[in-house]
Amino acid sequence: MTTTQGSAVAVELITVVIDGFEVSVPKGTLVIRAAEKLGIQIPRFCDHPLLDPVGACRQCLVDIEINGRAFPKPQASCTIPVEPNMIVKTQLTSPVADKAQQGVMELLLGNHPLDCPVCDKGGECPLQNQAMSNGRADARLDGYKRVFEKPIAISSSVLLDRERCVLCARCTRFSAQIASDPFITLNERGALQQVGIYENDPFKSYFSGNTVQICPVGALTGTSYRFRARPFDLVSTPSACEHCASGCDMRTDVRRGKTLRRLAGDDPSVNEEWNCDKGRWAFKYVTALDRLTQPLVRNSEGELVAASWPEALAAAAAGLKGKRAAVLTGGRVTTEDAYGYAKFARIALGTNDIDYRARVTSDEERDFLAAHVAGSATTYRDIDTADHVALIAFEPEEESPIVFLRINKQFKKRGLKVTAVATKRSIAMDKLKAEFIKVAPGAESAAVSTLALTAKSIILVGERASESAGLFSAVASLAAKTGAKVAYIPRRAGERGALEAGALGNVLPGGRPVADAAARVDIAAAWGVSSLPAEPGRTTTEILAALASGSLDAVVVGGVDTHDLHHGSEALAALKKSFVISLEIAPSSVTAVADVVLPVAAITEKSGSFLNWEGRARAFDSAVADSHNRSDVRILSMLADALGNPISLGTVTAAAREFNQLGKWDGARVAMNTVSPASTPSVSGSDAILTSWRRLLDMGTLQKGEDNLAGTRRPTVAVVSPKRAAAMGVNSGDQVRVSNAHGSITIPVLVEDIHDDAVWIPRNSFASQALVALDAVHGEVVTVVKA
Amino acid sequence: MTDFNENLNVEKKSSGQADINSVPFTEVEQPGPAPLGQQAKGFWVTFSSMFKKNQTVQYPDVKAPTQPRFHGRHQLNRHPDGLEKCIGCELCAWACPADAIYVEGGNNTPENQISPGERHGAVYQINYLRCIFCGLCVEACPTRALTMTNEYELADDKREKLIFEKEDLLAPLRQGMLAPPHPMYPGMTDTNYYNGDVKEAHPSQGAN
Repeated sequence: MTTTQGSAVAVELITVVIDGFEVSVPKGTLVIRAAEKLGIQIPRFCDHPLLDPVGACRQCLVDIEINGRAFPKPQASCTIPVEPNMIVKTQLTSPVADKAQQGVMELLLGNHPLDCPVCDKGGECPLQNQAMSNGRADARLDGYKRVFEKPIAISSSVLLDRERCVLCARCTRFSAQIASDPFITLNERGALQQVGIYENDPFKSYFSGNTVQICPVGALTGTSYRFRARPFDLVSTPSACEHCASGCDMRTDVRRGKTLRRLAGDDPSVNEEWNCDKGRWAFKYVTALDRLTQPLVRNSEGELVAASWPEALAAAAAGLKGKRAAVLTGGRVTTEDAYGYAKFARIALGTNDIDYRARVTSDEERDFLAAHVAGSATTYRDIDTADHVALIAFEPEEESPIVFLRINKQFKKRGLKVTAVATKRSIAMDKLKAEFIKVAPGAESAAVSTLALTAKSIILVGERASESAGLFSAVASLAAKTGAKVAYIPRRAGERGALEAGALGNVLPGGRPVADAAARVDIAAAWGVSSLPAEPGRTTTEILAALASGSLDAVVVGGVDTHDLHHGSEALAALKKSFVISLEIAPSSVTAVADVVLPVAAITEKSGSFLNWEGRARAFDSAVADSHNRSDVRILSMLADALGNPISLGTVTAAAREFNQLGKWDGARVAMNTVSPASTPSVSGSDAILTSWRRLLDMGTLQKGEDNLAGTRRPTVAVVSPKRAAAMGVNSGDQVRVSNAHGSITIPVLVEDIHDDAVWIPRNSFASQALVALDAVHGEVVTVVKA
Repeated sequence: MTDFNENLNVEKKSSGQADINSVPFTEVEQPGPAPLGQQAKGFWVTFSSMFKKNQTVQYPDVKAPTQPRFHGRHQLNRHPDGLEKCIGCELCAWACPADAIYVEGGNNTPENQISPGERHGAVYQINYLRCIFCGLCVEACPTRALTMTNEYELADDKREKLIFEKEDLLAPLRQGMLAPPHPMYPGMTDTNYYNGDVKEAHPSQGAN
């Protein structure tokens, strides 16, 4: 039970006596929590602080007496709130409670198999531990244990051993209450009661991994970790999730230099105790990708050959010396690495031509980032206290799952009002009972300006707003008009940190505007240089155009894949004719055309931090301690030395210290130019306006090598409205072809609630990579026909 | 600085003044040869063993058998149909006081059935540079997969050679056994295997 933390309302305290000790706790606190406050541990299985009490396992029985009248039998302490004059006797002082607990334990163990040697939970199992602390030393069961077929796969990534289950209902309660994915339930009754899935409907939840973590026995196990290790083999390191901007606290468990599993950490202000399946299971890319192990330099025959570090750095420096160069960092760098790139561009290359956005972007977005996002401090707490949440160009479950969980928590708790301005209804909108304002792709800004928000409301705007001209301007003016808070939620983990570190053409570290002379002097003094370039730099699109036209000669590229860019093939051609230095973990489309390739450390091999969408630092340490790979910032520092313009950032710690010392800019921000919306194209016949976004589980590079996780992807479908489906003569499941002059995609159709002019396809799913196959973004006209 | 010479009651001397000849010489009294009776008693062991049976063997040409419960090299046993008994639970590694055992578990699949049930030991290593032959691993083993043989010739010229892998430790295939992977005995569960119901391999198990 969480109390009214942070609010000004005085909390009514109730004093109870537990095992002879008095404790005062807020009204409504459960007896089991009050006992915890005294350090008295009552055994339990079903009880979980973030789930509603249920009293399913009966393990927490205690003797309770109120106003001198005792309950006739021991009571479950996880379901009874404290009351005045309550006297509680736990197993420590009451032989009756102790005997009752031992009896419950004996019944739980009656049908529990002696699987401990082969069970993944063995060694970290609450049932093992509490059987030792609160169970009988001997068994009286004389007979056969109940046997079920085992294990059964309730999804491709979660396996169920029904005979191990103690029917605590933690998993079913999590799925129903927290994730709103009630795909699993308790079936049957009595000894045959079991967790089950609906027929032909597997446990396809984005949050299914949490049930494995909270299962108090080994009934639910992850397919990928099954039989891999024992808890005492693992070396655990606190870490942060590198997959999205939610910023989950994590724990990485490593055995002999190999990551075997990741668990959600406990951070009440961010992810509580949950995470999504991508964060939990998508870590094998580090070993699955064909990693670069040594520098590569293109020789006179045009082939990339292995080189030593001094050779590669000399070749890179020779290629950059005296050239007009730019930097593209990619959105997955740590804050320290982004700061290294930002400083490298300004000092070593003498330019502001740096952009971290490796995706579909706009100039309007860059202005918005510098004006309203850099230095802003909207947090998860603001969702907790908001009266209304507006989702704009943002699909929380697919693009930032923990934000979805937090909105869902408030929706379940107090019916938080949610409004979504979108082209298509989504599963998350149904779960949140969101008001769906249906618009044509490109027409979002008109709908946004009519939203009725208050000063207590919060606007969550996603990075996809850059694909609809005028949308960021509309969001900014809506916020100014209503006083609502704005939170910009990018998809990638490193984006907010890169913005704050100044890896963008119009801002310096700490959100200082490049155009502001005082801000430049501030940073120049801190960096010990006489001046910094004053001209705001180019954007990603402009950098690539300048490389193509020859007004830039060279580029330093971090983790960028041209598949993520609009007009990716043109970007690749531009890189091909320029001098490219690529800092990468594995071969990519950029390393293929690079002149110097420098291998860098993957997340598990380095320390650093990310800033999540709130701007909260999520620091992590290297989980694989003996890796020889270096972080980007260290390599950039060596490269700057080779160029003769040192940036003096030899370690991640040095970069972090220097970045934190700079602090935030307290002067004026970049002023934002209002952009007027573009007119939406009118379509007729088989033409439709494309709208698309990425799914949480798709063809992303960081999900490589994890086939079990891939099995819980949502199906690849093209979504059309019932009216369009009728006109085309198709039903859900029929194949349709979405095409334009560039190419075509043929996938099954799903008839759903979407704007009549629009067609939705996933942006990077199997058989549907919109940017690669069609080179088309949100708002472009495509042709949809029955295949 | 504490002068430890003080504690030894030795006269303090400054450097250069030390002189070995100034240490007083004490004469030790020499007792001389023992009487004949005492000498005969002393040599009696030598004389009497001349007429006893010789205990020495010409190792390595001759090898004397050990005591039956001698703790020698380990062995990973098999079920009577040849499937391995090890389930990769790592309890032996957990029990080992010298940290000499390394185990990784693995999944049994219909195509790759190594042991009965779901789990087998995919990697099994014992480092005989560390092993102290205490036998706690054998006590810990829940399936009686790990036992000790009487083999004691565990010396080699390279450290790497003394890390024994699973193939070095596995018991040989005896009469009626088939080399895994092969399916479990038709109609039998892993419980039947542990109850000893499987006596030998079924012809169908070697069909693949």
